[in-house]
Amino acid sequence: RSGSPLSPPAAVSQVTVRDALNQALDEELERDERVFLLGEEVAQYDGAYKISRGLWKKYGDKRVIDTPISEMGFAGIAVGAAMAGLRPVCEFMTFNFSMQAIDQVINSAAKTCYMSAGSIPVPIVFRGPNGASAGVAAQHSQCFAAWYGHCPGLKVVSPWSSEDAKGLLKASIRDDNPVVVLESELLYGVPFEMSEQAQSKDFVIPIGKAKIEKQGTHVTLVAHSRPVGHCLEAAAVLSKEGVECEVINLRTIRPMDIETVEASVVKTNHLVTVEGGWPQFGVGAEICARIMEGPAFNYLDAPAVRVTGADVPMPYAKILEDNSIPQVKDIVFAVKKTLNI
Amino acid sequence: SPEERPQFPGASAEFAERLEFIQPQVLAGIPVYRVMDRQGQVIRDSEDPQLPKERVLKLYKTMTLLNTMDRILYESQRQGRISFYMTNYGEEGTHVGSAAALDDADLVFGQYREAGVLLYRGYPLELFMAQCYGNARDPGKGRQMPVHYGCPERHFVTISSPLATQIPQAVGAAYAIKRAHASRAVVCYFGEGAASEGDAHAGFNFAATLECPIVFFCRNNGYAISTPTSEQYRGDGIAARGPGYGLLSIRVDGNDVFAVYNATREARRRAVAENQPFLIEAMTYRDFFPKIAVFSPRIGHHSTSDDSSAYRSVDEVNYWDKQDHPISRLRHYLGHRGWWDEQQERDWRKSSRKMVLEAFEQAEREPKPPPHLLFSDVYLEMPPRLRRQRQELQRHLETYGEHYPLQHFQK
Repeated sequence: RSGSPLSPPAAVSQVTVRDALNQALDEELERDERVFLLGEEVAQYDGAYKISRGLWKKYGDKRVIDTPISEMGFAGIAVGAAMAGLRPVCEFMTFNFSMQAIDQVINSAAKTCYMSAGSIPVPIVFRGPNGASAGVAAQHSQCFAAWYGHCPGLKVVSPWSSEDAKGLLKASIRDDNPVVVLESELLYGVPFEMSEQAQSKDFVIPIGKAKIEKQGTHVTLVAHSRPVGHCLEAAAVLSKEGVECEVINLRTIRPMDIETVEASVVKTNHLVTVEGGWPQFGVGAEICARIMEGPAFNYLDAPAVRVTGADVPMPYAKILEDNSIPQVKDIVFAVKKTLNI
Repeated sequence: SPEERPQFPGASAEFAERLEFIQPQVLAGIPVYRVMDRQGQVIRDSEDPQLPKERVLKLYKTMTLLNTMDRILYESQRQGRISFYMTNYGEEGTHVGSAAALDDADLVFGQYREAGVLLYRGYPLELFMAQCYGNARDPGKGRQMPVHYGCPERHFVTISSPLATQIPQAVGAAYAIKRAHASRAVVCYFGEGAASEGDAHAGFNFAATLECPIVFFCRNNGYAISTPTSEQYRGDGIAARGPGYGLLSIRVDGNDVFAVYNATREARRRAVAENQPFLIEAMTYRDFFPKIAVFSPRIGHHSTSDDSSAYRSVDEVNYWDKQDHPISRLRHYLGHRGWWDEQQERDWRKSSRKMVLEAFEQAEREPKPPPHLLFSDVYLEMPPRLRRQRQELQRHLETYGEHYPLQHFQK
């Protein structure tokens, strides 16, 4: 099966995000013996979402560690190990549970390099599924992009495609700063095309660079993670009506590549941001603020519009859940509103 | 018969047929190991570590120098010269007794009241002061509030304010050290109050499951700000929790430097040799009075943000200061051995106070770190946004510098 940890890379093929992440972990564990993975169920169970499938069998107890149930505990352990020279990859079963460890992530991992005047770097990766899932309700569906993106000292990435997932996870593990990798459970099983180059062992995507997934001239759509796919679907719908959208996949939340968005807005004169998280103090809010502060403001023909998750804790009932996150129709509606058509 | 033994994976034990609850105090509490009595007399000769004279003098001088430095820096905070300070009065024995038992390369994670460990390892007065003043000599670049020392060369991890977060970090570091097959231990200090944090529970638990070369050192000084231990916990202190996690544990007299030394040395040796964690609970008291060169009694509060006369009586404080102080007890030991006398005491008081005052005056005169350091070390490499902001600040100061007190800052 292509993409599984023990088979060689093929030419362009369909690889799921899960397998891409697995490849990334496998390759980085092999490349640097200081790298190790810890978290709940990551070893013998192959990972709660099977992201670490086969890795414990291959690398053993020293490199893949099942921890007791304490996020603050194992996050703290990981931070200490990073301070002492290892390169931990700390998995949160979902980022919702990272709140129990948030002091270790922010007060320790993010701030220590600064507080120690550069003498204690913390080369750690926190990764796990973020944002909406399906039918898991309020305490399992929150998006933390804005929370972590808020903090200096952290880098925050949010992959969409398999290529994003693999390239960004590898870059994050190789980065000497603390990096938060916000995956998406709903994307784990989704296959994407991966080029041969993307399947190679040294394929990394630079942190801090957005990608233009589709070029367009009438409106700029900016999103991260799963909504990127929704934007492309909306773009296809709108294309039939003669509206060409430029779709930007942010890839990195912090440091945000606002220059790519600016260049696009200068071209299209219209901006719609799309995110799964809540509207207040969100990723879209930051994009709009920065666009206003920069040269692209003068090129806007209409106010920027944000499409976000509903400002409620995620409900359980399916019809409510579906309508609590941005759908393709919401993006189409926002585009038409901003273009006044 | 074998089939009658319990088969539960979660515990290995025999069956019991009588309903009986285990008392929190299994005995009359875990006993307190000590070497000297309160008058500095060794009780059992076999327990005297027989440290050579220079070593014991180093212990004594470190404790008293710390005491003097505390006195002066506490005063400087009351006078508004520094923003904050924490004294170590009464707990000096826990610092130097344990520091003397460690190897130089053992990694230390402190809480905030372990300056004596760093002082024992030779951190200069000038740099303690530089950190408290946040001046240009501070290796920490003035980033942190006072007493948040750090020194990579002396293997003392930079102090972090949130309580007990260092506990699981120390375990993670011990795990890294174990992986590297280095003959080093990690020593993790914390107070009895911080031991209530969830991080402490997780750290103890993980140290045992990960089998790490770590010594947990709890300073039980009777108070967490104003909260007495009777309100902090109902079990038998911190030492009694150790067995619950699978940790070898001991309670020691924290005001007896030799008891602290013996326990730390043995725990450290075995932690490294056997890759297993140890827990030492050092009983002490957060004292009121500085011991050296006192003009008038000062209060040993939790920190400069505290006034402990609100929650403890003068009688209680007097007892601890006069009857059971680590510095006095070691002083008596030195006297019994003929290694120290009144004249030496007077001379040392004078010279140590002079050293501290000189470092203090120098620290006052030093400029602050240069403004451009505001932007560095957020990440290991400076991101373009911060670089642009630093350049903007530089241009701004070039044009409008006269309106800023730049003379107080290093160029």
